[in-house]
Amino acid sequence: METNRDDFIIAIRSAFLKKGTKQRFSLVVLIFFSLTILFLGKYDFKGINILKSGLNEFVYRSTFIISIPENFVKNTYNLTLSHINLYNDHKKLKKDFNTLQAESLNNDFIISENKILRSKIEDIVDVSSEILAKVLVDKQSPFLKSVIVNRGSKHKVKLGMAVLDGEFLIGKVVEVNYRTSRVLLLSDLNSKVPVSIEPNSIQSILTGTGQNVGKLQYTQLDNLDLKKGDQIYSSGSGGIFKSGIPIGKINFIDDNNESYVLFHSNFSQLRLVKIVLYENLD
Amino acid sequence: MALSKLPISRKILSLGPILLLYISVLNEFDFNYLNFKYFSFNFPYILIFYWSLKGEGRLSYVLVFIAGLINDVVIGLPIGISSLTYLLICGFAVYLRNITLRPSLVKDWFFFFFTILVTSSFFYSIIVIFFNVKVNYYNLLFNVLYTFLFYYFFSYIFGYYLNLLRRTND
Repeated sequence: METNRDDFIIAIRSAFLKKGTKQRFSLVVLIFFSLTILFLGKYDFKGINILKSGLNEFVYRSTFIISIPENFVKNTYNLTLSHINLYNDHKKLKKDFNTLQAESLNNDFIISENKILRSKIEDIVDVSSEILAKVLVDKQSPFLKSVIVNRGSKHKVKLGMAVLDGEFLIGKVVEVNYRTSRVLLLSDLNSKVPVSIEPNSIQSILTGTGQNVGKLQYTQLDNLDLKKGDQIYSSGSGGIFKSGIPIGKINFIDDNNESYVLFHSNFSQLRLVKIVLYENLD
Repeated sequence: MALSKLPISRKILSLGPILLLYISVLNEFDFNYLNFKYFSFNFPYILIFYWSLKGEGRLSYVLVFIAGLINDVVIGLPIGISSLTYLLICGFAVYLRNITLRPSLVKDWFFFFFTILVTSSFFYSIIVIFFNVKVNYYNLLFNVLYTFLFYYFFSYIFGYYLNLLRRTND
């Protein structure tokens, strides 16, 4: 029994403490080094931030280059799928077009009325800067949903700026480097955005689920009249995003009255995005 | 003289595992675009465990450490966390090598399962407790399971590659 314990200790010691013939450091030294980096990173130590920033610039560009073959396969796969679905998509688009044509007649009037009303309540109405960015890295891991774009502090990107795909909100900037930035997508578990559910103007918080849908919080009460198809817009609470940016629609309400949101934008197909800062220029 | 016996070919072949590790952390080939629900696996875990166990020291710990830092930057995790996990996997693999008298793929496979369960628990405890990052536990569970299943498949491919390496060195 004693011998077994000794063998165990010798094997552990040999694995972690002993430096192998072809190794420069023993495992325990590098493990200690990793822990130190983690600890210093947690407390925003300046040296670690510089290391991270330098690594970011280099790694994001390298990732973009190394991902070219995989992106080619991915794009070919998506292209093939879109060809297969062409006829059905065409039918659906034709139907949507007719509906939209009818609706667009009313929009001009509503937009001008909305502008007047917003100016009365001093809501954020102006876009003070809009930056077009290309998605460099789209490595949505199962745990973190984010993309890297090719605009950074050099192009006046700031933390917290809203990111749009066309007219749809897709996330916000959470990390800014010199020439790149990381955008946390609305589908990430750590994303929380105040939203308004129309047509009843119900206020809620939209959180990510780690999947391709979002979940509405604080809407489980029976008297809230939520229905499948209700539209989700940013509410403008908190002053980061302006109100009324379209996000998605309620796709599914489960037995516990939890509402799940299907985003208007397909986060796996992001190519060019707009990084926008909303300010009331008055 | 066979092409694989040339010194330059030998050098490139011996760098194969580490190059593959760097490509995998930079590229994260995860087949996410196929939209299979919960499908994901951690290729670097498989590669690091196998080559630490069988690779006769070919996988440099320092390069594994740097690969971990790169992985953190690509995925957006707190810097240092993947390095720590990768090095722990190296440690478990070297421990298994030290205690093994008669190697068996099935034993390696189940020890690998134990290793990734321990290291993944450690990894996620740190990011959840100390860095307040939310994690979907179903994703985590399926990631561990698929990584475990794929080990068997990749161990054959790596085994073939290792034999090729040994033959070129003879």
